[in-house]
Amino acid sequence: MKLQLKIWRQVDRNSAGKLESYQLDNVNHHMSFLEMLDTLNEQLITNKERPVEFDHDCREGICGQCGVMINGIAHGPLKNTTTCQLHMREFKDGETILIEPFHGAGFPVKKDLKVDRSAFDRIISSGGFVSVNTGQAPEANSLPVSHETAEQAFDSAACIGCGACVATCKNGSAALFTSAKITQLALLPQSEKERKTRVIDMVNQMDKEGFGHCSNTEACEVECPQGISVLNIARMNYEYNRANFFKHKK
Amino acid sequence: MKLDAKIPKGPLEEKWSNYKKTARIVNPANRKKLNVIVVGTGLAGSSLAASLGELGYNIKSFCFQDSPRRAHSVAAQGGVNAAKNYKNDGDSVYRMFVDTLKGGDFRAREANVYRMAECSLNLIDQAVAQGVPFGREYGGYLNNRSFGGVQVSRTFYARGQTGQQLLLGAYQALMRQENKKTVTMYSSHEILDIVIVDNQAKGVIARNLETGKIEKHAADAVVLATGGFGKIYYLSTLAMGCNGSAIWRAHKKGAYFASPSWTQIHPTSLPQSGDYQSKLTLMSESLRNDGRIWVPLKENETREANNIPEEERDYYLERRYPAFGNLAPRDISSRAAKERIDAGFGVGPLKNAVYLDFSKSIKEQGKDKIAEKYGNLFTMYEKITGINAYKEPMKISPAAHFSMGGLWVDYELMTTIPGLFAIGEANFADHGANRLGANSLLQACVDGYFIAPYTIANYLAGELTKEKTTTDHPAFEQAASQAEQKLVSLLAIKGNKTVDYFHKKLGKLLYDNCGLARNKAGLEYAIEEIKHLSEEFYTDVCIPGDLNSMNSELEKAGRVADYLEIAILMCYDALTREESCGAHFREEYQTPDGEAQRNDELYQFISAWEFPGNTKEEPILNKEELSFEYLQPTIRSYK
Repeated sequence: MKLQLKIWRQVDRNSAGKLESYQLDNVNHHMSFLEMLDTLNEQLITNKERPVEFDHDCREGICGQCGVMINGIAHGPLKNTTTCQLHMREFKDGETILIEPFHGAGFPVKKDLKVDRSAFDRIISSGGFVSVNTGQAPEANSLPVSHETAEQAFDSAACIGCGACVATCKNGSAALFTSAKITQLALLPQSEKERKTRVIDMVNQMDKEGFGHCSNTEACEVECPQGISVLNIARMNYEYNRANFFKHKK
Repeated sequence: MKLDAKIPKGPLEEKWSNYKKTARIVNPANRKKLNVIVVGTGLAGSSLAASLGELGYNIKSFCFQDSPRRAHSVAAQGGVNAAKNYKNDGDSVYRMFVDTLKGGDFRAREANVYRMAECSLNLIDQAVAQGVPFGREYGGYLNNRSFGGVQVSRTFYARGQTGQQLLLGAYQALMRQENKKTVTMYSSHEILDIVIVDNQAKGVIARNLETGKIEKHAADAVVLATGGFGKIYYLSTLAMGCNGSAIWRAHKKGAYFASPSWTQIHPTSLPQSGDYQSKLTLMSESLRNDGRIWVPLKENETREANNIPEEERDYYLERRYPAFGNLAPRDISSRAAKERIDAGFGVGPLKNAVYLDFSKSIKEQGKDKIAEKYGNLFTMYEKITGINAYKEPMKISPAAHFSMGGLWVDYELMTTIPGLFAIGEANFADHGANRLGANSLLQACVDGYFIAPYTIANYLAGELTKEKTTTDHPAFEQAASQAEQKLVSLLAIKGNKTVDYFHKKLGKLLYDNCGLARNKAGLEYAIEEIKHLSEEFYTDVCIPGDLNSMNSELEKAGRVADYLEIAILMCYDALTREESCGAHFREEYQTPDGEAQRNDELYQFISAWEFPGNTKEEPILNKEELSFEYLQPTIRSYK
């Protein structure tokens, strides 16, 4: 296949970026999207041009490091798929593809297609954990958790932290990411003691990072590679109100 | 140098308790005066950094990814082993010890293996308390599945994303400590060198990958939890950034490197489809619980899998290993696949794969049950290949996966450089010549949560009264300028070939000659060829960009420069071990029916390699003799 690529190029955080056009002639439809970018970079390096910086690591859809906007859609056209798992068979010969970094006020561009998602780490750091030190844990089977609850908690825990939800949201909200962790831990009896403080701390941190508010358009769920449900956001709102309501009761 | 593994006295079951009883400890008030650098944030690194932070030490944690949550432990699918015996099927710490030692073909230390099995019990408790959503039965109790090489169900799992869930548990514990300011995170940082002062590890030189700046960091102890280096084969199941640079640079500073050539080739990966390919995606071994592996009986078969009748299929694992069948250990399964593929029975467009067939299980258990167990794997398979594996068999093929070799460590997980520890896949210690499935997550976790916090304290207790080394020490400036010089000289080559060109070429050379099967002529040939490739690399590689900014090509070049040196050591390691054991299969040493033939009389030792001072000379072999007091080496048989 032959492709026209329009790619966002930006030298560093402080520079202005712009779209550049590239022609790529030797694309095979079995290639992954990132292998297509590898091929472009080989071509650029051979022509002594600066290759395109893009984030990636595991290339099997689980580390959450890759992610670009492809024709305006986070991770591209295929549902529940990260950029690395997208293959060129989804595109047509001769097509023009627009490739931009994930956008959002909480995600400044570092270089070309790489963005800074460290705000996600700070949200987890504010409360997305169970306070149990190594060695304190009781026998694992001492606290049964029903099959359904464990599966539900898993559905929320499956988030890979890629940030497609933020990039997709017209408000740049991190509600889906934050709520998935809050929901997972709220469902499990192991972290009941921190349920109230966690949701308040995490929501406050999310706001502090400059992410927008959720206005329930549900676009995030559509683009989420792991199919994390917007019901997590409803759960977060419930947990937040519950925590505030019972604030003064210890 | 005489290698002392420092194995504690006493019966096998009491060694670890005896060690803990007598190990030195550090008073809580003194811990914050002690600094530890932990490199890598996979399961081993995160769990250790979090655990040491909880104890009150001052930790700096480094990873090259943009967030610690992305380390490659995240990709482990199938599960984690623990001898909980929840299934009442006769499991015990001792049985797990036997399975692991036997699975490793008697090339591991008894005391280490026993300790790993012993610590497995607490790990499950710890992970559950952190909120890891393991699979559960309808009564609410934890469920288990079986994995290759064992006859009990001891594998705990979180669907097909066990590594992700365990890692997120450890990552969250780490983030909790960051919030408490006991841990400082350095994401997007790569280690360029280990700084040695008076023969002790006292810090690292790191490069901030975002700004390109070279930094100096001092500490009282340094821990490498940098994972495996299977990416040396280019095509592997590893992440693109996985590398052997930190351990290799430690090796060049004096740390011995043990069994570098023992690489596990995983039997169930997706086959290569073309030259552009950057990685081979793994399909969890757990699929072999319900999938049957076969190839056509007829050579160069052209019919589609579903059109080949039952009697014209060769279920070669069930045929050759009736007791274990499709759950034969990884080395055996991979080699059996290679044997069939080489003999001309491979399937797929490049004839480089075998079938993994679920039709019988779907018929017996229903599609829903199979989807519940492996749904995400079937979806992943369809995304990559465009094929629906509920309707036709998967095509799978062996791929480089796990490094059993790594830095030599003693029972305390300390390398031959005092104060430099190596944990998880970065060390060599627990898996012998072949790792059992679901033991890697286990080893990484127990090293980090339960073992290193004790052994590092034992070391740090002796450092407390000594004068602090700071980055003002000339050793830091020297190491930093050497590291910078190396990068500057790479950038100055300005040749015509990309870094990937050399990596792909090296990977193919190594896979063909030091992969699933090795022989003397092939290894000698590979050593010469790698030397030529290395010369070409240093005269013709093209690295665009500069030192003082984000530069992915420069990062890759540094890693490939190290791979070119590691590859030669791997070949020497394979060449000098004139026996077959586990993943190390020397074609000259096999039984008439094609099984690995060990030579306990001459090779019952660990090869621990010493750096001779420069890359022109041959590496120096040191031997750690293995003794078996509790389990006598037997011929592994899975028939």
